[in-house]
Amino acid sequence: MHWTNAIAMFILIGSGWKIYNDEVLFGWLHFPEEFTIGGEAQGALQWHLFAMWILMLNGLAYLIYGIVTGRFRRMLTPIRITEILSNIRDALRFRLGHDDLTRYNGVQKMLYTGIIVVGILQVLTGLAIWKPVQFSELAALFGSFQTARLLHFLCMTAIVAFVLVHVALALLVPRTLVGMLTGGPELDERPDPKLTTAAQDASR
Amino acid sequence: MSVRTPSPSIFRPKAGIDQSVLHENRNLLAEIDRRKILRGAVSLGALTMLTGCDVTNRGAVQSILKAVSSFNDGVQSLLFRPNHLAPTFSEAEVVKPPRFNAFYDITDLKPVDRANWKLELAGLIEDKRPWTAQQIYALPEQEWIVRHVCVEGWDYIGQWSGVNLREFLTRIGADLKAKYIMFRCADGYSGSIDMASALHPQTILATKYAREPITDPFGFPLRLRTAVKLGFKNPKWITAMEVTNTYPGGYWEDRGFNWFSGL
Repeated sequence: MHWTNAIAMFILIGSGWKIYNDEVLFGWLHFPEEFTIGGEAQGALQWHLFAMWILMLNGLAYLIYGIVTGRFRRMLTPIRITEILSNIRDALRFRLGHDDLTRYNGVQKMLYTGIIVVGILQVLTGLAIWKPVQFSELAALFGSFQTARLLHFLCMTAIVAFVLVHVALALLVPRTLVGMLTGGPELDERPDPKLTTAAQDASR
Repeated sequence: MSVRTPSPSIFRPKAGIDQSVLHENRNLLAEIDRRKILRGAVSLGALTMLTGCDVTNRGAVQSILKAVSSFNDGVQSLLFRPNHLAPTFSEAEVVKPPRFNAFYDITDLKPVDRANWKLELAGLIEDKRPWTAQQIYALPEQEWIVRHVCVEGWDYIGQWSGVNLREFLTRIGADLKAKYIMFRCADGYSGSIDMASALHPQTILATKYAREPITDPFGFPLRLRTAVKLGFKNPKWITAMEVTNTYPGGYWEDRGFNWFSGL
């Protein structure tokens, strides 16, 4: 689900930049054409309205899975201000621990919850821009057509900022990458001695 | 690495995960290397920047994108609410004059001569006699103050009046069960819309903007104005209209823009 989402986001952001360039919100901001997807406007729109299905279906499955299995409750709550503050203090002193990759710290809980909310908002503003008449009730929530566009742009900015920090931090703790590719540290109730060696080798 | 109790995932195998895979692939796992991943990422990035090697323009990819665009046409026609009105606005919000847009610059505009202009009718229509501007301007009018949304992302509020398209189609005895209405224009532009959108209450053949006859840059003497489609689905300087069951395409639609393009 994570990598499906990553591919969909990559396509949506790259094609979205091309669509944005056709009618910019800010005169000083044009995305370099080399970093856009789709070639011309129509190609970018085709990519965007193709990848939106991947994002929406994958995202819906992820939300249902997270809620039904209790994963969100277990992994993302409770979010405590005191824990977040102490994480920030530890991080500034380079003492933040990553020993247990199966548990999120306070800052992770806050950011991972935040990015889910931004993702949902991004889909809703996207639908309001795509169908301002059929979904006029939804579009009205975001004010005018241009405020919906601006919100869609700001959510994109938040997602890009999140991805930059997320990737940079994952590279700082390379052990997480192995977990991301193999399904994560998840040990059987009856540990296999051969496996323990393999896992240690992998984490070196 | 710490051990945690297996989560109650519905997808987790009851007997636990088969661990042999990890052991069999230990060499592969040992090879996962940050530098290789970075090098791979950089080469992929470099590949997309090579001109003439655009990974997004291969035939197979194009046909998938086209198929999804057709699928999106179907989804949009399912989402379409025939009697749901687009938001309307007050006269104070109307932008005058409206914004010009065509597949060429405004300086290349060739105005239509009203005296020689005619609206030709074709296809599944009982009375195919052509209409003069005088006849069309004498028809009962309807006015809508609605938002015009361009596929590029800009929008403005416009005040349009003219004969309701459903009323006009009924008057000329068009087959209202046909699938498409196709428009041809004096400047070589063409476009088509689905029948459901053509019959929507806020779809008119516009002859006036802000209660004055439409000026040359905005489609004089006759243009389509529908509140349920993107701007490019509103052909200007219309010279012919055809009712048909054969997919007619259109200028921008043939160049890759989504056909339905509903709002």
